[in-house]
Amino acid sequence: MLCQRCGERPATVHVTRIVNGVKTEIHLCPACAESSEMALFAPSPFSIHNLLGGLLHPQPEAGRAQAELRCPACGTTYEEFARTSFLGCETCYTAFAPQLEPLLRRIQGADRHRGKRPVAPGRREQAAAGGTAPAPDGASAGESLAELRRQLDEAVRQEEYERAALLRDRIRALEGRDPAGRGAG
Amino acid sequence: MSLERLLRGQGGSWLTASGPAADVVVSSRVRLARNLRRHPFPPRLTPAEAQRVVDEVRGALARLGPGPGGRLELVELQALTPLERQVLVERHLISPQHAASELPAALAVDEREGLSLMVNEEEHLRLQSLAPGLQLQAAWEAADRLDDALAEQLDFAFDERLGYLTTCPSNTGTGLRVSAMMHLPALVHSNQAGDLASALARVGVVVRGIYGEGSKAHGNLFQVSNQITLGRSEGELLESLEAVVRQLVERERGARELLYREHRVELEDRVGRAYGILTHAYAISSEEALALLSTLRLGVDLQLLPQVRPEVCNELMVAVGAAGVQYRAGRPLEPAERDVRRAAMIRERLASRQAPRAPRGEA
Ligand SMILES: [Zn+2]
Ligand SMILES: [Zn+2]
Repeated sequence: MLCQRCGERPATVHVTRIVNGVKTEIHLCPACAESSEMALFAPSPFSIHNLLGGLLHPQPEAGRAQAELRCPACGTTYEEFARTSFLGCETCYTAFAPQLEPLLRRIQGADRHRGKRPVAPGRREQAAAGGTAPAPDGASAGESLAELRRQLDEAVRQEEYERAALLRDRIRALEGRDPAGRGAG
Repeated sequence: MSLERLLRGQGGSWLTASGPAADVVVSSRVRLARNLRRHPFPPRLTPAEAQRVVDEVRGALARLGPGPGGRLELVELQALTPLERQVLVERHLISPQHAASELPAALAVDEREGLSLMVNEEEHLRLQSLAPGLQLQAAWEAADRLDDALAEQLDFAFDERLGYLTTCPSNTGTGLRVSAMMHLPALVHSNQAGDLASALARVGVVVRGIYGEGSKAHGNLFQVSNQITLGRSEGELLESLEAVVRQLVERERGARELLYREHRVELEDRVGRAYGILTHAYAISSEEALALLSTLRLGVDLQLLPQVRPEVCNELMVAVGAAGVQYRAGRPLEPAERDVRRAAMIRERLASRQAPRAPRGEA
């Protein structure tokens, strides 16, 4: 077996790592094991990059098809992404979506953002005019009802019902209706 | 703030050894990864595009009002010598990777060194907020405000489902990395640190030695941070890390008490020897200095050394790095010469009766 980091020398250092119940095997040559960002504690000795590198390596059978995937915007190939763990641009997220989403579930334990959103354009004008628009409690900054309704319409038009459901819940929360009581399904 | 003052200064306001749990938590840090729409991510940037990113950020900062720590002043890394960049690494303002950047890249920082911004590191933007002691919430609030202010000026790459889009999928979602720099000498001394770190890895908390190029945690300083950035809100990520840090604080304090009760003579001896060497050595490596400063700081926290102020230990821990010593000397130095300069600086600082931090650079 070759080292997962340099892909050149034989791997003689094998580490099993469990993160969020996902077991990962890492195989490195002595040189890479030495030079990699060894935390001082043996159980978590590798940085997320090295860990990602291991996860991303295409499976031999699927490898050929995946390796030919290429982002139309920046030209990054899936093979390059697998090797470096770096995406080339925002469009890569769409180009590699089928590979990326299971990967995100494995490394992050989730594939859906639940945090803040960038300030909406509507609020930019207010801010420029010197107005303040504090976000209602529990809502992300800049989340305005009008903007959410617009996005909901768009999601429904594009038949993205999962996203629409999320937007609907957020709108209800903003309007003061509790979506939690309705159950998830 | 002038670059000269930044480089010669004694470090940011986060080194003041104040704030809650400052006996164990040196500083709290929040980092946010953000990227601009319609530009390739940093690994794919050409020099010209990288410069455009820097210029866009400079323009956005110019339109921003001053924050609590003053305006964010932007410095292009290309304008700095390798040594100057290394000083910024030792001051925790840029990462080693950022310092090595061959593309146009920049650092923006306010006067207190509380808020800063790395441009064209691994992501287009990495906002950083630092506060002394255990103040994750305060550090977050400052980062959040800067993020909102920047979002009014810049178009961030964001997806409804995946959140902030980042170069590395390990940052996707909130792009939030919350961390505490912790001084854990008693846990290391009692060999508990390893067990704790492996327990923490299982709940998605990463523990790294800082300053260490290799496996060792010089100075018993550790960076404790969240691993996951997606699927939880910023508030949840902050809360869970804070809970872990609080537990570590309690464990470290417990281990210190035990050490004090059951090994008092050994402890006082070690602290006294550390003080003796630091105040009398004529040549000292950064590694030895950090180890002794860690023991000194433990002695200060246990009130065994009333003559030493805790913030002096913090400042020295940052100042003893190889680049800082050379920058103060005004030229590159051979390692042996560095060790002599370093020892002199430590002797002076510890002998100066620790007057409060001088507002100007050192004499
Ligand atoms: Zn290797
Ligand atoms: Zn792309």
